[in-house]
Amino acid sequence: MLGSVRRAHIRVEYSVAWLVASVALLAVSLSPAGLEFAAGILGLTYAPVALVLIAGAGFLLVFFRISVIISKLKDDNIALAQRLAILEFYVQNGKGPGQ
Amino acid sequence: MPNLLTAAESKTNTMVIVPAFNEEGAIAGVVESIHRELPGAPVVVIDDCSVDSTVARARQAGGLVLSLPHHLGLGGCVQTGYKLAYELGYEFVIRVDGDGQHDAKYIPAILDALQSSGCEMVIGSRFVEKSSEHTSPVRSLGIIFFRAVLRPILGKPVHDPTSGFVGVNRRALAVFSKSFPLEYPEIETLVVLQRRAFRFMEVPCRMLPRLTGRSSITALKSVYYIIHVLLGVLINVLKYEGGRRRALRPQTKD
Repeated sequence: MLGSVRRAHIRVEYSVAWLVASVALLAVSLSPAGLEFAAGILGLTYAPVALVLIAGAGFLLVFFRISVIISKLKDDNIALAQRLAILEFYVQNGKGPGQ
Repeated sequence: MPNLLTAAESKTNTMVIVPAFNEEGAIAGVVESIHRELPGAPVVVIDDCSVDSTVARARQAGGLVLSLPHHLGLGGCVQTGYKLAYELGYEFVIRVDGDGQHDAKYIPAILDALQSSGCEMVIGSRFVEKSSEHTSPVRSLGIIFFRAVLRPILGKPVHDPTSGFVGVNRRALAVFSKSFPLEYPEIETLVVLQRRAFRFMEVPCRMLPRLTGRSSITALKSVYYIIHVLLGVLINVLKYEGGRRRALRPQTKD
């Protein structure tokens, strides 16, 4: 993850969620007591299942955040495409915007 | 090639937009028929990245062509046309689809209703009067379903909610330039209007059979269409702010 950020494969602000999730999963999986505690809160008798549930919840949050980002990107892309088309139309027809 | 004129330069305050995607068989006839019914009004074909000779034939027929840099779909095309018309200062915009189904001889009726009624949108409707219009069974079912869904939301019946043969005025253009449903826009547009406490009316018209090609709405896509549009309607209803706005608008007749 850190390597990807260094190589600019992923923007810093989007890597934060993954980093936090990775650290949290590592902490919980390296701590049997922590896992037992989490399982107790979730009402689970078999502690490793808690790890799967926590990981699943984390992924859901990240995927939702990514959907929000993609939606914004798509809206911006459409607006840019429309603006470009209109400006090209003005150029082809000898008009400037606002004329 | 016709000249591009702003509304101030043009003899008319009306623009006609024609969204088109691979309609080389019908587009010339559509443009020519619009010129006959509304001489002097600029006809702008919004080309959604057609790969056939739609653009060339539209220009030969005397239309202006605005080509999108990548495929945006029907809603994206229509919104681009609305943005253009709004920027150029036009008061009214009529949408006529490039597949030849919208009969241009009803354009004057739609425009007259738009200019005289004060409504923000006028719909050319196949079903406002009893007619022998034939649509496919799937589409008929969809129309009946959405009539029932929209009636309580809009507060009045809409007979042809899926008609894309519409005219809008400048107040609607101002809204649609900023926000417009991009997939399957016809039905969601009505709810967007309702959110602003804008008004619409229907005028009778007939649709012509598709001149070329096939509808992109297959049976499976119809299911997706219904789910997608229902979700869009629900979201727009939840955003409703018409109560406050209605209190500010002067009352006019429908």
